[in-house]
Amino acid sequence: MSVDTERTITITVNGVPREATVPVRRLLSDALRHDLGLTGTHVGCEHGVCGACTVLVDGDPVRSCLMLAVQVDGHEVTTVEGLARDDNRGGQVLHPVQEAFRECHALQCGFCTPGFLMTIAAGLEKRDPSAELTEEEVDDMVGGNLCRCTGYANIKKAVHHAAAAMQDGS
Amino acid sequence: MTTKLFGEPVRRREDARLIIGKGRYLDDIGHDALAAAFVRSPHAHARIVDIDVEAALDVEGLVAIYTYEDLSGALAEPLPVLIPHPQLHAPRTGYPLANGEVNHVGEPIVMVVATDRYIAEDACDRILVSYEELPVVVGVDAARAATHAVHTEIPDNVAARHHQETGDVEAALGASAHTLEFTQYIERSACTPMEGKGVHARWDADDSSLRVYTSTQASTSVRAAIAAKLALSLDKVEVIAPDVGGGFGVKIVHPWPEELLVPMAAIALGREVKWAEDRREHFISSAHERQQRQEIRAGYDDEGRITALDVHIWHDNGAYTPYGIIVPIVTATQLVGPYVIPTYRVIVESVYTNTVIVTPYRGAGRPQGCYAMERTMDRIADALDLDRADVRERNLIQPDQFPYDHHLTFQDGRPVIYDSGDYPGLMAKLRALVGWDGAETLRSEAAARGKLLGIGMAMYVEGTGPGPYEGGHVQVLGSGKVLVSTGLTTQGQGHETAFAQIVASELGVPIEDVEVTTGDTRRFPYAVGTFASRAAVMSGNAIALAARGVKEKALRIAADVLEAAPEDLEIDEGLIQVKGVPGTSIPLRTVAVLSNPLRYAFDEAAKQATQFAGPGDDSKPPVAPGDAPGLEHRDYYSPIRSTFASGAHAAIVEIDPTTWEIDIVKYAVVHDCGTIVNPMIVEGQVHGGVAQGVGGALYERMAYDGDGQLQNASFMDFLMPYASEVPDVVIDHQMTPSPLNPLGLKGAGEAGVIPGTAAIASAIEDAVGRRIAAMPISPTELYDLVRNPDSELTATAGRRAGTGAMA
Repeated sequence: MSVDTERTITITVNGVPREATVPVRRLLSDALRHDLGLTGTHVGCEHGVCGACTVLVDGDPVRSCLMLAVQVDGHEVTTVEGLARDDNRGGQVLHPVQEAFRECHALQCGFCTPGFLMTIAAGLEKRDPSAELTEEEVDDMVGGNLCRCTGYANIKKAVHHAAAAMQDGS
Repeated sequence: MTTKLFGEPVRRREDARLIIGKGRYLDDIGHDALAAAFVRSPHAHARIVDIDVEAALDVEGLVAIYTYEDLSGALAEPLPVLIPHPQLHAPRTGYPLANGEVNHVGEPIVMVVATDRYIAEDACDRILVSYEELPVVVGVDAARAATHAVHTEIPDNVAARHHQETGDVEAALGASAHTLEFTQYIERSACTPMEGKGVHARWDADDSSLRVYTSTQASTSVRAAIAAKLALSLDKVEVIAPDVGGGFGVKIVHPWPEELLVPMAAIALGREVKWAEDRREHFISSAHERQQRQEIRAGYDDEGRITALDVHIWHDNGAYTPYGIIVPIVTATQLVGPYVIPTYRVIVESVYTNTVIVTPYRGAGRPQGCYAMERTMDRIADALDLDRADVRERNLIQPDQFPYDHHLTFQDGRPVIYDSGDYPGLMAKLRALVGWDGAETLRSEAAARGKLLGIGMAMYVEGTGPGPYEGGHVQVLGSGKVLVSTGLTTQGQGHETAFAQIVASELGVPIEDVEVTTGDTRRFPYAVGTFASRAAVMSGNAIALAARGVKEKALRIAADVLEAAPEDLEIDEGLIQVKGVPGTSIPLRTVAVLSNPLRYAFDEAAKQATQFAGPGDDSKPPVAPGDAPGLEHRDYYSPIRSTFASGAHAAIVEIDPTTWEIDIVKYAVVHDCGTIVNPMIVEGQVHGGVAQGVGGALYERMAYDGDGQLQNASFMDFLMPYASEVPDVVIDHQMTPSPLNPLGLKGAGEAGVIPGTAAIASAIEDAVGRRIAAMPISPTELYDLVRNPDSELTATAGRRAGTGAMA
């Protein structure tokens, strides 16, 4: 296999344009973690099943272990490090789903957590916050990621908690 | 008092970093490290004929290749038998890199170090290993038949024959009014933490010291192992468990080959080296658990009371026995559960197979023991046409029988003496919580919808918090910050929060001032590890004792300053004051400054402790004999024996008789882990344990074929539960404090998983009226069972058929 084929790509990561020269075979997950130093995105299986590596590409959740870094050249990527927003006073305001995870004890070891946060955040952002959240919607947002610690009960609770906060905030 | 946080559902402090992507797991460390990758055996049993690395040498970025030939000294010897036992008569362990023979698929043969992992794996792909294949032994039955041997010099494949008995079981069976006997199986599963194992090592050539980060449950012991195997002085090795992405038992085993080889390479190369396990490696090169064949004979009277129990188990220990016979011992001793067993004999034969090693996975032999005992209870009830809950109740140890001595020897070498409990209380709560007595109504309602409904239950007693010891260190700084450390590690149990709650409550300081460090040998070098639901019991109590030591010293110093008696003082919100006299106070942080007599002032606070700051007693030395500078205390908790938690689970299942899909419609848990530090964390442990119990009962198994190939070594094929597979869980608590430790704690970590297989098997059997004698069970297997004319009907099914209630 030829490994010397590299390409310089530009990705807007968490709102900041970043340039990296990567081998064409580099997974997006590895590029984020090892080339850009954003280690908040975790790699749990490297075959697209567990969802720990989920990031948003142009706002949609994708499994970054199933994409090559070169595929996102010119696109916007949001990782867990970009989920909170600046409060314009030098600090950060957590996303409601981050607050909800802490409030509801929706994480234990925390390894799968970034993937859940990104998937759920995208799911909640896309829906009408004033509409009543159904269990079906919750199952849909939670059902594609693996967690070995929590048994999911508190993750589901956190989705409700976050949706309620977003409803109040809307 | 606001600082009394003990027992409160305090939100977790570790979450602040974990929810923003600032956790630091193993693979987040060492950005510039070289990467290691391994050539692992594709064969389950083979002799290595040749290793040809020639083609790999051209790979650009290759740094080094290691085979067994490159190992020297203690590193070239077999890996340690961590827990020797007189009944482990034929222990075997592998080598860090295979020495001429491989005994399971996935055994490491060659380590490659390269500039990154992609390149290291390229080089691995080019290394040609030639093998002479040998006959393969898979599964307990094949091991027992011993047509072939895993290790040539052990022709019967038996590593250990663990045997305990409390009386003449044959005589007791002979004298019993009734007897029954049956054989059942339970399959392999595995811990499967979301983060695999991983090791990072950095050698400082200037002072000949090694720092190792490893995703472990036992950093102090990894340190000792590295020092011994690499011939380093212990003081030159530090080992740190960073954020660990789940453990569930697999990371208590050590030293893994990689924990020795990565440091070896870092020293040899003078570069940082890192290995992060991938998911396939975790499946084929870490550890599994649970497979047993169980032969059970029970004697009982007309009321269903057990008079004698004789259990013979064949336990699959995989290719090697690095963790000794802990799992067999735990099965043998925890099998008896909450029941009075007048005469008990157990033999566990631990047998070799050409599969991944078997070491503790959450529950660690208890789920199998519970499965044996609880299915026996179900069979007795079935034979006598009694309610299954009634039969259990009649056999329970009563609250006035504690301490209750089973006359068995536990995994810590100490007697199995239950310290406290209320098992009838558990049963009463469970009946109410699950609606046991209304099950027939539910069954009829489900039948009207075309579903088969069944209900099952299982009870357990779990020995938790075994010794030998853990320690804790508490130090108050002049800033008011309270540093807490313990050598025991953390894998997601919320120790930073629970231990901070203990210190805040014991010392009377705001929890915000408390900082907890775990699993870092630089901070606390003496520890045992995180396993057997022991962290809260062991380190929690050690830290409480350390905090009490700090408090005593603080009050002594403050008493001098405030001219009061220490017993008249209290600490609240970090302020030491005379009880009932507001205004007469001194901050704890000031006492911390005064506790360390100084010559040099480096800030305003320190000036208070310098030699000309105030009048001293010229007749005494600044530090009194027997005293020490600083407001800190180190203490240890070493229990006389384990403390025994308990619980009861019940499941209601609905089965679709067209697809044979098994749906758990209700899952009820009653749980007693003594005094609770943080109920939110305990409930989280229960939820997670139940999910693993459900996985083990219905979905997870290690699908080895006859050649010893693990056919489902990926998350595509190994069915770990998603949210859609985990039922809603209802929980009720009972609190029976342990009399053995200062805080009254019992362990909570493993409980949730223990009775799952037994309770769900019972519920399925109740629904379909056929004996369930092998778990886990899939819809296909259930379909095969019900359509097989030879499968055994339960007596209850026969009775129901008579009344027309059976589907």
